[in-house]
Amino acid sequence: MKAVVTVVGKDRTGIIARVSGYLYENSVNILDISQTIMQDIFTMIMLVDSAESGLDLSSLQTGLARVGDELGVSVSIQREELFNSMHRI
Amino acid sequence: MLNVNPVEIIETLNMIKDEHLDVRTITMGISLFDCVSDDWHRAVDKVYDKITRLAENLVSTGEQIEAEFGIPIVNKRISVTPISLICAPCGHSLEFARALDRAAKTTGVNFLGGYSALVAKGYSNADREFIASIPEALATTDFLCSSVNVATTKAGINMDAVAQMGRVIKDTAAATADRGGFGCAKLVVFANAVEDNPFMAGAFHGAGEPECAINVGVSGPGVVKCALERVKGRPFGVVAETVKKTAFKITRVGQMVAEEASRRLGVPFGIVDLSLAPTPARGDSVAHILEEMGLEQCGTHGTTAALALLNDAVKKGGVMASSYVGGLSGAFIPVSEDAGMIAAAESGCLTLEKLEAMTCVCSVGLDMIAVPGDTSAETISGIIADEMAIGVVNTKTTAVRVIPAVGKKVGDSVEFGGLLGTAPVMPVNGASCADFIARGGRIPAPIHSLKN
Repeated sequence: MKAVVTVVGKDRTGIIARVSGYLYENSVNILDISQTIMQDIFTMIMLVDSAESGLDLSSLQTGLARVGDELGVSVSIQREELFNSMHRI
Repeated sequence: MLNVNPVEIIETLNMIKDEHLDVRTITMGISLFDCVSDDWHRAVDKVYDKITRLAENLVSTGEQIEAEFGIPIVNKRISVTPISLICAPCGHSLEFARALDRAAKTTGVNFLGGYSALVAKGYSNADREFIASIPEALATTDFLCSSVNVATTKAGINMDAVAQMGRVIKDTAAATADRGGFGCAKLVVFANAVEDNPFMAGAFHGAGEPECAINVGVSGPGVVKCALERVKGRPFGVVAETVKKTAFKITRVGQMVAEEASRRLGVPFGIVDLSLAPTPARGDSVAHILEEMGLEQCGTHGTTAALALLNDAVKKGGVMASSYVGGLSGAFIPVSEDAGMIAAAESGCLTLEKLEAMTCVCSVGLDMIAVPGDTSAETISGIIADEMAIGVVNTKTTAVRVIPAVGKKVGDSVEFGGLLGTAPVMPVNGASCADFIARGGRIPAPIHSLKN
């Protein structure tokens, strides 16, 4: 299942390392990654595939939120179709 | 590769986190025609069994979709065939009410709608008694919603039913006086009721509907308000275009959720209802959209025009985003459920008369309005008659959901809590319409109903 991981917050060292580390531990494959500063806020967006993961998206969301709390950033994971349906005809 | 760019992803996230974008309801419509029996015990058992079987996974499926897509789905609901049709052969309508409430509790849904009767042209033998049972049905259940269609453009207005509904509303308020007349918040009087409406309290599963269907109601007044903040002072063409684009995006989410729920539940997708439904939460108000267009407060001159633009642009934007659009589709103006409307009613800027004018151009009618507890049944019937006339003549759905606040007067307010909010008691016209209501009979259908 393809999903979008979004990290938004204040920039600091280790954000990519920690988030991608969590995804690696849970067998979630990163397909694409982009990082930018939007209105002074660090924004990282990953396209991931969770097909091999033993966890469902709801559990991954809980785990990622915990990683986000430790880093002081907001992390979410949502199925890709949400964004495609809203922004692409 | 990502199909959408980061700016678009962040836009979606902001809509959900900061602007209250949500799917307001997934409503499963269930036909109960095959539960009819002349033995009421048997019919009631069949109704309970059928609803709990078909809707067994409705709530859990809604929660799964919510978790996977990260989009809040606020309500999961059920609508059923109007019970007046199902209990006609066996009577005992209150037994049906209790079974429906039990089914709602077993399935875990927020509301179940369809304790309803359709009497636009006249009563069947069972209808009058059924309607008289509504106050007790609403007072003795928790999740049941009721509606009565008393007028259509094709049939005219059943003024006997209008008169009866004035009394039924008063009785419902009295029967639930200990809860601020809460029963009246679950009771709608309609003209031109739609058969696939997913929103409560007026949802029922019409006679022309399939065995079972998934109807979805989207929302998002906050998203529209925020989009309009970005086009301050620009001409109305820009305003309409902005609302359309926003409505399109909101509706696409609703369509996706509807398809997903339909697939997972193995139930056909019915419609997406494109309504902007406010909640009492800050930043989720339809009144604030109208104010964002340049009105000092909702209810002042210009409000009807602003609402007309909004209602039309929501439909135009949403219609291409969904394969089947239905329900009420437009903007709701429930006073107690909208922080901006509450403030406007409290300040006296928004009156019952202005709300009536607004219902000519919005998707429903006089909604969630508290009136003084000593308002007579005839005056409530007069309010209903006016609203039905607007619906019948303009070939649109209109509705009345008023709450006579027992023991309260203008200046007081009634607290319902949750999504139903707080209703300031609004003044009604003191002159009597009792002789008008006492005439009875039927107001004929308007000339433009003769289209064949």
